Amino acid sequence: MDFLNAIIVLLNFTIIPALTYGSQLALGAIFVTLIYAVLRFANFATGDMMSFGTMFAVLLTYYLQSKGVSFGILPTALLTIPFAIFMMIFYMLLIDKFVFSYYRIKKSPPVQFAMVSVGVMFVTQAIIRIIIGPTDRRFLDGEKFILKATEFKEMTGLSEGITLKSTQAITIVITLIVVSIMFWFLNKTKTGTSMRAYSDNEDLALLSGIDPKRVVMITWVIAGILATIGGILYGLDKSYRPFVYFNNMLPIFAAAIVGGIGNPFGAFLGGYVIAFAEIFLTYAYKKFITYLVPETLAPDSLLQLLSTDYKFAVSFSILVIVLLIRPSGIFKGKTL
Amino acid sequence: MRNYANVIVAYSIMAVLILLVGIFQSWSIALTILNFCLISAVMTIGANIQWGYAGLINFGIMGYTALGGLAVVLVSVDPVKEAWKVGGLNLILCLWVIILMIFSIRFVLKHFGKHKFKNYGIAAIIVTGIILIRVTAAPGIEAIESVDPAKTGFLGGMGLPVLFSWIVGAFFAAGLAFIVGKIALGLRADYLAIATLLIAEIVVSIIKHEEWLARGVKNVIGLKRPAPYEIDLQTSPWFINLVEKINSGTLSAISSISEKQEVLKQMVINASSIYVKLCFTGLFLTVVIILLILTQKALYSPWGRKMRAIRDNEEAASAMGKNIVKEHLLIFILGSAIVGLAGAMMVTNDGLFTPGSYSPMRYTFVIWVMVIVGGTGNNFGAILGGFVVWFLWVEAAPIALFLINLFTTHLPETNAVKAHLIESAPYFRFLIIGIALLVIMRYRPQGIIPEKIIKQ
Repeated sequence: MDFLNAIIVLLNFTIIPALTYGSQLALGAIFVTLIYAVLRFANFATGDMMSFGTMFAVLLTYYLQSKGVSFGILPTALLTIPFAIFMMIFYMLLIDKFVFSYYRIKKSPPVQFAMVSVGVMFVTQAIIRIIIGPTDRRFLDGEKFILKATEFKEMTGLSEGITLKSTQAITIVITLIVVSIMFWFLNKTKTGTSMRAYSDNEDLALLSGIDPKRVVMITWVIAGILATIGGILYGLDKSYRPFVYFNNMLPIFAAAIVGGIGNPFGAFLGGYVIAFAEIFLTYAYKKFITYLVPETLAPDSLLQLLSTDYKFAVSFSILVIVLLIRPSGIFKGKTL
Repeated sequence: MRNYANVIVAYSIMAVLILLVGIFQSWSIALTILNFCLISAVMTIGANIQWGYAGLINFGIMGYTALGGLAVVLVSVDPVKEAWKVGGLNLILCLWVIILMIFSIRFVLKHFGKHKFKNYGIAAIIVTGIILIRVTAAPGIEAIESVDPAKTGFLGGMGLPVLFSWIVGAFFAAGLAFIVGKIALGLRADYLAIATLLIAEIVVSIIKHEEWLARGVKNVIGLKRPAPYEIDLQTSPWFINLVEKINSGTLSAISSISEKQEVLKQMVINASSIYVKLCFTGLFLTVVIILLILTQKALYSPWGRKMRAIRDNEEAASAMGKNIVKEHLLIFILGSAIVGLAGAMMVTNDGLFTPGSYSPMRYTFVIWVMVIVGGTGNNFGAILGGFVVWFLWVEAAPIALFLINLFTTHLPETNAVKAHLIESAPYFRFLIIGIALLVIMRYRPQGIIPEKIIKQ
């Protein structure tokens, strides 16, 4: 019984949150990695682009709520995803047309692209703050919990309970669906293959008749879908605040590099690696151990490896270690 | 002289802008902006050495700035004897553990460098080291943080003059740069950018959360100053006499004595704050000029030519027998040290150390915009960039407000769009900076004052 309780504690406080957070990071990391693989630069506007898409979801959710529209037990925000994605893709293509395409045609070095993306980052931040403001916003409605701790305790008779928030389930399910569709697209369809060919060797791809403009456009479209969905899921699970999204860029980058930048599957797993590392290293294991060992041995201290203040620092340290030992990432990415 | 025409024009425009602020807003604001411009200029000199001379991208600026600020606290604050008594021993033990760790890792690397299990050995050393540190440090840290937590709760500094800390700040930053350089300099440019950004984030989060070191987010206030305090000035007779003499024209026009006293008092208060700011301006200007002379000399020395050769063609420079790894590390350390110096200057200027305000993400990028806008590889350009961008950053909100009012004059005050725009005027600074960066990158990629190579 105690053993089961210990497992439940771990599941409730580490594994479920880590899976949720990991899914959100994974979507962002695939976004970074796709841009890196096809357009060949590190996009510093990542966090703000995610925030840009989410902003439209938030606004439309508020509008729908004021009109009395709802999605039953599911959050209304899910209804707004197509609109948000549309706005996001429109903005991205606009930015690409007026900013990035110039440097792509000139074949500028990646550093220049990165600096340009910093400029895009500033502009996007300004637009977001001017439209919606910098404050914290919650837009979750519908049923909050799928499973409450007390219900679980009654059902099983254990002394520990599992709380499953609806946002956690939604995040994990939607991420799995979106990512599987994306991998199917990349690996099985003709367009996906042409994208991979373009990413592997641009010149050869051009020779075999692949239209670079189309590849670039499709990349932005896929990236826009991923970024918007990732942003909306994060906002539903926590809350929407532009500055937090901006800061989320760092763990997302860490996930993409740890997984091997340019490798979508690596980025997907990288998201989970980062999330699990962050949560496992900063979780206080006192309760868990107390269930496992006899009473006399129960620990006094919190048994926390690092204080939760260092949550971000953990993911960056992992990144540094990966860069030191295996610079191409855990799952072989592009050459460094 | 003709070569310098654009430099002179650009700097004159900048000077006029600051004078305009002084005339239209107030001299105190103008001097505050000027001081921060000078500090930004030091930072951009540092970033320019790395990016302009050697093509190294360093997004870790805030990490070095924070270390520079930390140096001010550690050097100039008086030591907290009580804290040292209760927890000093544990922390010194900790230091020994760290030194031991470093040496054992070096030993492993030297003797088992080729061995299969090298990495596992190093990991084992680090894990045991961290556990040892946790065990020895925890009681000490707890004891230190409980010593009068509202005022101290940290070890304090060495109680030395604050100007000395500027040098120490540079050395701290140089030390960090050495470690970062060893880890990350082999990476491709954009990876290096991300790696340095993340390492800076780690450094800032350590400074934020280790309260025994510098009170963390509880801030250290009332730091020493290399300039006199306003209160002292307001009571010292020579200063009052000076103010009286300067303003004798206005004062003599006032007939009643009590009114005259009131006006004089107000003038002394204003003048004292301006005097203090002028002292800082003088100090910062000295630093900027010294750095400018040194960096100019370096840029046109054989060393500078070597750096440019490495930047423009690494393989060719390597074939000529230049040690690229070593030179990159050196220039990374030099640039970071200057950024650390700027960090120390900034904290001295503010008089307080607020780790919570070091947001690596935002301010790092602003410094980079300064370098790119001003002119990469040209020190005059970098300094100008520091001035222009900081000026825009501060004055963007008033300018935006003015423009919004101008374009929406036909709308009534109650119009929702107008009210919303006026409310969000501060955020136009991001827009202005972003657009400035994009425009410069597109139409003048070398910056306002481009790099100039003197051919001999």
